[in-house]
Amino acid sequence: MWASFGFEFVNFYLIPGLVLGCIYALGAIGITLTFGILRFANFAHGEVMMTGAYLTWTISTLAGLWLGWSLHPLIAAVPAIFAAIGILILIDRYFYKPFRNAPTIMVVMASFGMMLVVRSTVQFIWGPNQLTFVKGIDKPNEAVRQFTADLDLMILVPNKHFWIMAGTVIIMLCFTYLLERTRIGKAMRAVSDSPDLARVTGIDVEAVVRATWVVGGFCAVAAGVFLAMDIQFLETTMGFRMLLPMFAAAILGGIGRPFGAVFGGLIIGLAEELSAYPWIGDAPLISPGYKTGVAFTIMIIMLIVRPSGLFKGRTF
Amino acid sequence: MDQLLGLFLYFLSLLTVGGIFALLALGLNVQWGFAGLFNVGIAGFAAVGAYTYALLTTDTSPFHLGGLGLPLVVGVVAAMLLSGVIAGIIGVICIRLRADYLAIATIGIAEIIKLFLKNQTELTNGPRGINKIPRTWEHFTEERFYTSAPMSWISDATGWQAFFDALPRWWWQPMFAMTILLIIVGVYILLERARLSPWGRMMTAIRENEDASQAAGKDVTRRRIEAFVLGAVIMGMAGAFFAQHLRLIDPTNTFDPAKMTFLVWVMLIAGGSGNNRGAILGAFLIWTIWSGSELVINSSIEIIANYQDMFDVGVLRTRAGYLRMLLIGILLQFILQRYPSGILPESRPAAIGKQ
Repeated sequence: MWASFGFEFVNFYLIPGLVLGCIYALGAIGITLTFGILRFANFAHGEVMMTGAYLTWTISTLAGLWLGWSLHPLIAAVPAIFAAIGILILIDRYFYKPFRNAPTIMVVMASFGMMLVVRSTVQFIWGPNQLTFVKGIDKPNEAVRQFTADLDLMILVPNKHFWIMAGTVIIMLCFTYLLERTRIGKAMRAVSDSPDLARVTGIDVEAVVRATWVVGGFCAVAAGVFLAMDIQFLETTMGFRMLLPMFAAAILGGIGRPFGAVFGGLIIGLAEELSAYPWIGDAPLISPGYKTGVAFTIMIIMLIVRPSGLFKGRTF
Repeated sequence: MDQLLGLFLYFLSLLTVGGIFALLALGLNVQWGFAGLFNVGIAGFAAVGAYTYALLTTDTSPFHLGGLGLPLVVGVVAAMLLSGVIAGIIGVICIRLRADYLAIATIGIAEIIKLFLKNQTELTNGPRGINKIPRTWEHFTEERFYTSAPMSWISDATGWQAFFDALPRWWWQPMFAMTILLIIVGVYILLERARLSPWGRMMTAIRENEDASQAAGKDVTRRRIEAFVLGAVIMGMAGAFFAQHLRLIDPTNTFDPAKMTFLVWVMLIAGGSGNNRGAILGAFLIWTIWSGSELVINSSIEIIANYQDMFDVGVLRTRAGYLRMLLIGILLQFILQRYPSGILPESRPAAIGKQ
């Protein structure tokens, strides 16, 4: 059973699906928070992920050149996260804030413009070619392989996948603490539920907006670095390719519902990978070229059947 | 003399491509300017138009399906129809939701169209694209056209060959540019009539106050779908002419969703959304700036190359295109914040009887 079916299914479809789902989940948190709190679909979110990954690459390369250190991408990501949050807050100050009292579609348009501004800045600075993020092939973790092989359930997980999944779980735990226990987290939930009511009760909406960018930027850079660790290279369209699945995850989970977004991200990631599994016959059920189409189809079905998402999010 | 001719031909190509973008901007004006529908899948609709046209009108080819060699007009009409049908399907699903969702859905559909064109290799020749697309006027010089009716009634093959050899090589260029300009005029007149008609007034009412229009008994959803489809039909036509102009189309570079969609948006916002003349003006203006900036940036790179040898300017040369994109992006932000109504602001039709 395991040798004929389970081995291939778990190692080549389920685990990559979970990993992809983690990346989507982290990205979708930022999308759903901006959608819920600032009330607009942020098209520039994928580009923040991409920029974060490029900054991480630059920091670890410079550390290697000047100091001779070989930093793990997750350590190099820490300064990159601060830089990306700074960029996000500046973008908000100069490009989104002027539209805060205008019809929301204006700020959607501004974010669509920022998507291109950010991307072309990155393309101008780092050039159009792919960059190698991590060299070499990441071998499956030997201890896990040995242990599971003894149980006749051989599981091959490269270390990078462990980092990604563990990192996502840790970020999720911190995020849960922030939302459930801290003052600013409660304020964020309150604004997301009802901005007018929140303002009346004396919540500092601008502080909540800043917190949104901090949390969204943190998760976006983490997602970007995880994605770069997974595919091991950088390209300037990687953020844009993530954008549609992340929107799908946010809509699936319900707009303004961060935990819904995480759940949605995992579903979308799994659905994309599992759609290529040969469920019927020997050929992939859906050609791998159409993976993005799976996310889009789920999103459209959700929009028809239940626009408020699985967890009763907002509809506008 | 040669330089003057070169300048003239450059001007014609500005007119041609600017005109195609003006059609796209007019289409977007129906969706955004009239009805307030946020479409960021323009490149997708243009791609549908271009591929429909290409597959129907090119000569048979082993690389892709179709190649039916149908008359050019049939190709253009089919391009408009298919683009409209796709817009209708999206419209029925997404138009009731808020504008953000429509934006996400349209960017998604553009992506799906690209995936389809890229992956259905047996139908569209995949990433390698379609070649030798017939262009209005120039197509008369192709053998399959002058050897068949109605051209063969006038003269035989050798007669036509001699005739075309006698013409300068660029003879079709002014004709093609004029054709596009005439089509713009036609679309403009039709859209102005639509704008001033009860339908157009209803559109404005729905855009400005949906609840009030609904209360007044207007079918909001239906009107919006109509505007969305009408805009997409014009975009499909523009796509067909874009395919004619390029003669070689491929799914990724030709219809780069970011670049094409974005340029059309900048054109409409700069020219003045809601104003058909503004859309046309914005398209020609931004296209002139866009292609003029290429010359300016390239010559400044050459100047930098002449005065310093600190670093390799080759890097700058390969990245000049991104700098242009960056500058046009900042231009959009500037216009959005400072001049949101554009160069030619929307003018409301006067109340009946007051004209």
